[in-house]
Formats: sequence, structure tokens, C-alpha cells
Amino acid sequence: MTLAEKILASKSGRRSVSPGEIVVASVDRIMIHDVSGVGVFKVIESYRARKGIDSLKLVMASKTWVAEDHFVPPSDRKSASNIRFLESMASKYGIERYYRYGAGENYGISHTLALEEGLVRPGDLYIGGDSHTNTAGVFGALAVGMGHTDVAYALMHGVTWLRVPETIKIHLEGSFKPSVMAKDLILRILGDIGSGGADYRVMEFRGPALKGMNIDERATLTNMTTEASAKSGIMEPDDLVLSYLEEKTGSRPRPIASDPDAWYVDEHQYRLEEIEPMVAKPSSPDNVSPVSEVEGVEVDRVYVGSCIGAKLTDLRAVARILKGRRVKVRTEILPASHRIYRQALKEGLIDIFTESGALIGPPTCGACFGGHMGVVADGETVVSTTNRNYPGRMGSKEARVYLASPLTAAASAVTGRITDPGELM
Amino acid sequence: MRIRGYVHKYGDKIDTDVIIPGVYLKEHDPKQLAKHAMEGIDPDFVKRVREGDVIVAGRSFGVGSSREHAVYALRYAGIRAILAKSFSRIFYRNCINTGLIIPIEIGDDVYRSLETGDLVELYVEEGRLRVESKGLELKIGPPSRIVIEIIRRGGLLNIDPEELKRIASQ
Repeated sequence: MTLAEKILASKSGRRSVSPGEIVVASVDRIMIHDVSGVGVFKVIESYRARKGIDSLKLVMASKTWVAEDHFVPPSDRKSASNIRFLESMASKYGIERYYRYGAGENYGISHTLALEEGLVRPGDLYIGGDSHTNTAGVFGALAVGMGHTDVAYALMHGVTWLRVPETIKIHLEGSFKPSVMAKDLILRILGDIGSGGADYRVMEFRGPALKGMNIDERATLTNMTTEASAKSGIMEPDDLVLSYLEEKTGSRPRPIASDPDAWYVDEHQYRLEEIEPMVAKPSSPDNVSPVSEVEGVEVDRVYVGSCIGAKLTDLRAVARILKGRRVKVRTEILPASHRIYRQALKEGLIDIFTESGALIGPPTCGACFGGHMGVVADGETVVSTTNRNYPGRMGSKEARVYLASPLTAAASAVTGRITDPGELM
Repeated sequence: MRIRGYVHKYGDKIDTDVIIPGVYLKEHDPKQLAKHAMEGIDPDFVKRVREGDVIVAGRSFGVGSSREHAVYALRYAGIRAILAKSFSRIFYRNCINTGLIIPIEIGDDVYRSLETGDLVELYVEEGRLRVESKGLELKIGPPSRIVIEIIRRGGLLNIDPEELKRIASQ
């Protein structure tokens, strides 16, 4: 069995499972945020009222965490009252692990917190009320994004139903050129398999090249499996991951791996040396081309943010380019979490950014989903380190958004046009 | 289950950002969300759509976010079934688990046979679609047993885990 099949077999109390079967599986961890969490509690409260239940116990309360990340700081009265509602519901139902923005050791984007705080373990079935929940597959968990009703059901009963997915193998060898990052690789993969290329399937990344990537870079790969419509992205946890989680949580997780004779529905191989800096052109993440084909396109704004594009490794990459240079176009940099922000301060990255003229924002999903804090206008051309550029995603339908690596985004900020970062390195 | 309504036809990759743009995610009242359904791609949709209507679409319908808002917006605008060449998985689950929208996968031939404005009658369990306006009868689906059962019961919350296991194993 593959990693994903093994997890589903174990969670549904079976010796083995095969792709296509429907299983009812027990859930280990749950995440909700200030958009999905509000929806989840509305579902739960209306269910409670409909059934006339006075006090409803959520069996997964102690295995659930809440992150405020989408409309924070609140963009208006409605989003502010959503946060208050979420807080009151979490307290009513006894969910104690709650990451409040502006009040704590760490807060920020949910998927970033999952990694930084070690909230997910290898072998877990982890469901989150957000499509980029896939990111946590970097730890060897089956990390699956779901909607409000699904999450509400899992919170109440501790189980969910799933079709056992086929697994696609992505085999990686070699190492990147200095101007290339994991973002370029995942864009290339998306271009190859298309936005529906992993429908109902899991993408398992394997191969010696993973050893050369840190957790941030690996998480860039699992994060954007969502844009291929994958049920999840997953990797076998290696010593780096096991030691990292041991340090974060005080106990070393048990490793888990796909069987040597596991069946894969499809296989793709990449040599990392052959990957060029890539962009996804407007207006779909699979509409990709090498930077060389769009070089020189005039840019109005650069956005560095989100769960995929503002991790510490991403900020370091941006700083490498911006050091001693000034940005030519509006550039917004929003670290993905409070902890990353503080580390960036310690390392002098924030100094480099502010000296370059860029704007520093708080940890938030912000303009990545067109919510607030840097929403884009009609006719603007934007280079963004985020993961989606569907029409209107970041604001105006008439904006042109290019998705790129942090290096390419930074280089484009300096020149004011789409630029291969190799030229500035 | 039997559905009768008019077809609204779209192409591939109708993503959740065009079904209900991100700025409305702070809204949780389905009736308010319905006012903005398909705003990102078809601003006139909400004026045309009537209760019980059907969306016909190409590949990867609902690709993108996990926002259940997308299902609420379409259902409260009037949509009761979506026939697409393929669905993005979270949107597909949300249709089923809320019990609000019947998602059915169709082939190229069925997609080509249908146009905006066609009046159709859908017999879900029988896997039959009658195109009244053209006098056609097409075979579609039917969806799997668990899908039909969850929708027929009005959504996942109305089924307890033991029963869910029973349905899943059948």
C-alpha cells in the first residue's frame, strides 16, 4: 500500500484498503479558521437547535485548533464580529488551542502554524477547514481540506467518510540551480498535469532530491497540490522531519512509509537541475511558462505573502535579492506568522525590506484571497508569491496576476518588470 | 429524486473564486451569498436563475477553495443539480454533505447535447435525463449509492456514524 492507503486502512480499522473503496475513518486532528470556523459553528448551532439538543459535546474538541488568519486584523465590522463569534464558540465548546492574532507567542496563517507548532504527526488523518490543508502532508500525514459540514461532522463524531484515493508518484532527483526554488518546480508540475490532473488523487513526492530541501521548501510542494485538485500531497517523513517534530513536541513520532511494492496510478520524474524559474500566467495556476518567455512584462505591484510564499525560507530568498537594492514598484511583504516575523527581525531581513522601500504587513491571508490588505485594482499587473491567480482571486477580475517564486518576485520588484532572479544574483 | 429546471451552461475550471468571490467569505447568511452567485463570471446569472435549475459545466467545476459558501450561494440562488465533466473534490463533497446540490459527472456527449435555456428533467437514481426542449433522452450517472443516500437524507448531519459505516460498506 501507499502511504495514503496505509493511513486510511489504519484509521478505518482494516488490514488493507484499495483505491475506489469508501471508508469511514477516524480523524486525529482538526483545524478551523475565522472563515471556515464561523461556518462550522453555524452548522453545529443550527443542528443543535433543529434537534432541540441543549448541550452538545464535540468529541474532537481537545484535538482541534483554531487560527485567526483570513480577515485579520478585521477588515470591517462584519469580520470583526466573526472573530468574536469564533472566540465565543471555541470557548463554549471547550476548544483550548486557539491562536489569537495580536495576543500570544505565535499566531498567523493556519497552515504555517501547523508546521511551526508541530500540530500534525506522521500517520495522522488530519482534516482542516481550508483547501490548503494539504500543506501538512509534508510531515507524512494524510492532510485533507474539507468544507463546513464535513468538519462539523468530524468535530461531533470523530469520523469522516472518504473515497480511498489513487496515488500519483512524483519522483525527484538532483538539486536546484541557485535561482530556482520549490515554487518553480511545483508550477512546472502543475503545467504538466493541469489543474484537474490529480482529481480525487494523492500526490506523493519521493526521491533523493527531497533530502536537499528543508521543510519550508517541501511544504511549497505539498501546498500547491491543491491547485492540481489533489485530495492531498504527501511525503514520507525522514530524519529531518522526525527530529523536527521531536524538538517541537518532546516526543519522536514513529516513521511511516509506502510499501516497496505499492501501486501508483501514474508516475512523473523530474531532475531539479532542469527546472527553470517559472511563472503561472493569468488566470490559472496551471497556465505556466518559464520566466524567460515573459521577461520584461511591466509590473505594477509585487506581493510576498500567504501560506506558500511567506515562510522564513521565502523571506530569506527575498532578502537575498533586495539587500542593498531599492524596489521600483509597490512591494508588500507579509510574513506568514508572528514567529517568522520575529525571526526575520532578528536576522535583519525586515531591515533589508524596509530599506528597500517595501511595505511590511502583519501575518494574514490578506490579499492572497482578495480579502483585504493589498487587494488589486482593474488593469494592474501583479507578481505574487501566492498560490492562486483565478480571475478576481486577489481583487479585480481585470487584474493580471503572475504567480512566481519569492526570488522571481523580489527580482521583479527591483526592476519593475518580470525578471529572472539569476540576473541579480 | 426528480429535478426539473432550465440549464445554465459554462466551460472548464469554474473556480470557487468566480462562484463566490473571497471578499464575501465573511458573509454567512445563504440568502445574502446567493445575491453574488457566479458574480465573477456571469453577473446576470442571479437575474436569470430560477428554483430547481441545473448547471452544466466542463472539467474541474468548483476547483479552488474549501468555502462551503459556494454551495450555499448556488443553492439559494436556485441551483439543485450540477452536471459537470468533472468536479473538484472539496466542492463535490460540500454539495453532497450539505444535501443541497446533486453533483453528477457527465461525458463529452452529454455536455455537447445541452445548451443554456434547455428545459431538462432529471431522474437521479435512474440515471436518466430528459431534454424536454429537444425531445431527447440521455443516460447520465447515476451517482454512487453513498452520494444518493446522503443527499436523500438531507445531508451528512442526519446520519449517525454507525449508519454511515453501513451505507459505506454496501
